[in-house]
Amino acid sequence: MLLIPCPFCGPRDESEFACGGEAHIARPTGTDRLSDAEWADYLFMRKNPKGVHLERWVHRLGCRRWFNLARSTVSHEILAVYKMGDPPPASLAGEEGKRA
Amino acid sequence: MPAKTRYSIFSLVRNAISYHENWEEAWRSPEPRPEYDVVIVGGGGHGLATAYYLAKEHGITNVAVLEKGWIGGGNTGRNTTIVRSNYLWDESAHLYEHALKLWEGLSQDLNFNVMFSQRGVLNLAHSPHEMRGLARRVYAIQLNGIDSELLNLEQLKAYCPLLNYSPHARYPIYGAALQRRGGTARHDAVAWGYARGADARGVDIIQNCEVTGFQISNGKVNGVETTRGTIRAGKVGVVAAGHSSVLADLAGFRLPIQSHPLQAAVSEPVKPILDTVVMSGAVHVYVSQSDKGELVLGAGIDSYNSYAQRGSPKVVEDMFGALIELFPIFSRLKILRTWGGIVDVCPDDSPIIGKTPVEGLYFNCGWGTGGFKATPGSGWVFAHTIANDRPHPLNEHFALERFSGGHIIDEHGAAGVAH
Repeated sequence: MLLIPCPFCGPRDESEFACGGEAHIARPTGTDRLSDAEWADYLFMRKNPKGVHLERWVHRLGCRRWFNLARSTVSHEILAVYKMGDPPPASLAGEEGKRA
Repeated sequence: MPAKTRYSIFSLVRNAISYHENWEEAWRSPEPRPEYDVVIVGGGGHGLATAYYLAKEHGITNVAVLEKGWIGGGNTGRNTTIVRSNYLWDESAHLYEHALKLWEGLSQDLNFNVMFSQRGVLNLAHSPHEMRGLARRVYAIQLNGIDSELLNLEQLKAYCPLLNYSPHARYPIYGAALQRRGGTARHDAVAWGYARGADARGVDIIQNCEVTGFQISNGKVNGVETTRGTIRAGKVGVVAAGHSSVLADLAGFRLPIQSHPLQAAVSEPVKPILDTVVMSGAVHVYVSQSDKGELVLGAGIDSYNSYAQRGSPKVVEDMFGALIELFPIFSRLKILRTWGGIVDVCPDDSPIIGKTPVEGLYFNCGWGTGGFKATPGSGWVFAHTIANDRPHPLNEHFALERFSGGHIIDEHGAAGVAH
């Protein structure tokens, strides 16, 4: 069971949260000119690293706010929590996808 | 290749006389050769079935199956062993039905008892709306010529008396869909039987051999890098389940796949009490009784991505809650063990079987939570795809291109809960 440090409420049990998948996916601009492959990439293709994964979570049964979280998909260790719209912390530069 | 001794009552008696000390090994463990015609990455049921049908149906025997761990140690040995073909859409129905037909003759074909038991598979409805949804699926399945029937409450009570039929249950039972030809099989035996059959036809099964990279030049695959050296091959088939994305990354393209833990459990063994497979989407559990007497039950996936082969206790707790909701009589059963496997989930809950942007490289992945039932059919169509460099009509709709072409095969209803 994960102990997730909600940036608004502090550490809470995983059962209060829902995982929203990969973070930092930007809706592409110029959608009238996108190819089918570009649409497929935006809609369906996802990072699925064996290592550090940047993902979105929502404190569903708490403050009901979304935030970003960096977590290892191998050890489940939570490495950082940061707010929506913020870039990943500098300490994680180059770490994404690496084994942890 | 020395012919294998046939397994039979006579070989059993003969070996009993010598205290079972002289059984020959079921498959060899050769050193990898520097080159093969085809390399299969992943020694689970699907990969071994692919190698078996490459040799049997297409005469391609210069094949290696590379397994990073041991045969039957991944998802093949971790699933809940349910086999059925009651899928909604034509594409899936035909693919899974082809697999089910192969299951029906598999023990004889392999000369290995896979303990395929057609004890019937129930999908419960807990509301009039769910009953209508099931009716739609049952009729669609019948139109595809596949056995499927709708049971009303009285028929269901006669078929499976053990369920909690109280109208005061939190999720009262309204009826069910039943596929009588569905059932269970011995999962380890499927891997062992295919391994033995492939080995007898000349396939090299190489365990403890992890693929760490692909040799690709001019958009064409020439071989694989492994922990036991470089192995050249003109064609490479990847059947790596939870690690499909990792291998696609190495080959330089993206997949629409997310890897999640999927957890299951077995109880202590008890005397025969449940003679069918029961699944419920609303309370989210699926349960059958193994031949050893253990209840085998499975949960839904954990919501987060993981490669750890373990999940969170809350998912297991929910699974037990659902079991007790359906069968209050099981509330005193002790649980022997729980475990997890890593499943590769596609956005439409349908697999990807076919060619990739790299020539000579084929992927069979994305089976998500329900790949075991498809093992023979998956290997059969994948072998055809590799041998002919084009998909069989049964799997042409399951190409990676469907995500850009828009022909999504949405099987959340048939695959989302019931595995």
